[in-house]
Amino acid sequence: MATKNYAGVAIDVNDEGYLTDPAQWTKEVAAELAKEEEIELTDKHYEVLQFLREETAKGSPLTIRKVGKSGIVDIKGLYELFPGGPLKKSSRIAGIDKPSSCV
Amino acid sequence: MKKILILGGGTGGTIMANKLRSILDRSEWDITLVDQYKTHYYQPGFLFIPFGIYNKNDVIKPKSDFFPPGVNVIFSEIDLIEGDKNQVKLGNGKILNYDFMILATGTQTRPEETPGLKEDLWYKRIFDFYTIEGAVALREFIKTWEGGRLVMNIAEIPFKCPVAPLEFVFLADAYFHEAGIRDKINITYVTPLPGAFTKPHATKMLSGLLEEKNIKVIPEFYLERVDNKEKKIISYDGQEIPFDLLTIVPVNMGNDLIERSGMGDDLNFVPTDKQTLRSEKYENIFVLGDASNIPTSKAGSVVHFAAEVLLENLLSSIDGKPLYAKFDGHANCYIETGFGKGSIIDFNYDTEPLPGTFPLPGVGPFGLLQNTKFNHYGKVIFRWIYWHILLKGKELPIGPNMSMAGKKL
Repeated sequence: MATKNYAGVAIDVNDEGYLTDPAQWTKEVAAELAKEEEIELTDKHYEVLQFLREETAKGSPLTIRKVGKSGIVDIKGLYELFPGGPLKKSSRIAGIDKPSSCV
Repeated sequence: MKKILILGGGTGGTIMANKLRSILDRSEWDITLVDQYKTHYYQPGFLFIPFGIYNKNDVIKPKSDFFPPGVNVIFSEIDLIEGDKNQVKLGNGKILNYDFMILATGTQTRPEETPGLKEDLWYKRIFDFYTIEGAVALREFIKTWEGGRLVMNIAEIPFKCPVAPLEFVFLADAYFHEAGIRDKINITYVTPLPGAFTKPHATKMLSGLLEEKNIKVIPEFYLERVDNKEKKIISYDGQEIPFDLLTIVPVNMGNDLIERSGMGDDLNFVPTDKQTLRSEKYENIFVLGDASNIPTSKAGSVVHFAAEVLLENLLSSIDGKPLYAKFDGHANCYIETGFGKGSIIDFNYDTEPLPGTFPLPGVGPFGLLQNTKFNHYGKVIFRWIYWHILLKGKELPIGPNMSMAGKKL
């Protein structure tokens, strides 16, 4: 566990740079995380991030298909917003866990 | 007479029928179980069929062998659950009322969700091993296959038994070695996740096996469609992977009944309180196993552990008491690694699989996250345990909640 400065605030992150406490997330933090992924956030990005955070808070597992059915963006659109590993990158920018399996 | 209705006579429904009938007074409680199909499949055995280790007869028995006397069993399709009216409509229009319901309708593979998957090459070059038909057809193909590109692909998460595709490639490696044609076969493991292993300890302890067995991993591949003509799988971002033999974990979804009844999420899994196992929508419906959306593995071991918690909470509910039993997401899974060896993992919602010994600290006999012959024997013996102890709802010497004893951080 380490701490890193984002938007002037010390944020707890794990070895792979994912936030360990989703409550520390703000839009400003997201913007800086996105820069590290070479993504400039638009309103559409924020809508997706908000959706991911809400679904995670409900405890439901996230899938690309689920985002695709959210009405915010389709699957191709999600790839365009977060090129190269959409769920992995969007999860990191949304301040939630990396998508994972049981092992 | 009060009524409990169990929908689904698979692992979960059968365990609950046995547990409830032995506890609830027959003069007070009527127990009815409904299922569409008459055959019970020992699903962990499907994995062994393609390699000729088991055949069809090793994994099937009549469901009725496992239901206790005193349970009304109805083999029928179910048309609709009407939770507001506490009733279920069967396929023939008959209405069943209930005071409490246990929903255990499972998960199913849906190859038709992926364009091109269930077309020309289906069961010719493309196979699943999650159905008896798929496993048997794959056996016939593998028997005479002379080699080429074997691609194991997972179409979507979540899916039943998350370690099965890993076991499949490990067993395939061993099988083709023994057949003397391993050098003629490329094995590729293609997953939508960031890796074949995603948890730190499991990655550290087991990912070396993939390298050792010369199995290539392609992560973050999210399947869009299958090109039957060119024999390629294609992802949403345009990556293409050619295959000669494609083994697939199709999209998994809950039963259509759940969707028709307006009770499911986007994949027809039922929103369920992950600790009490009660439906989030109806106070008198509990959800067991794969049918629920609880964030743990869809696997028989989870059903077995969850059944004990569900039973306690159902009894509390009957007595009008608060639901005090809490499920921790406990799962315990064998991982076959080939050449007569295996690994074993034990985990829950909060604790990832850790190394150590199981179930006895320091003694075992099983080695968590280790690759041993004894772990493999465990899986072999497990089939007997499944038929004779687990389905009958009898106690096994492992409690429902995960124990940290024997685990090393």
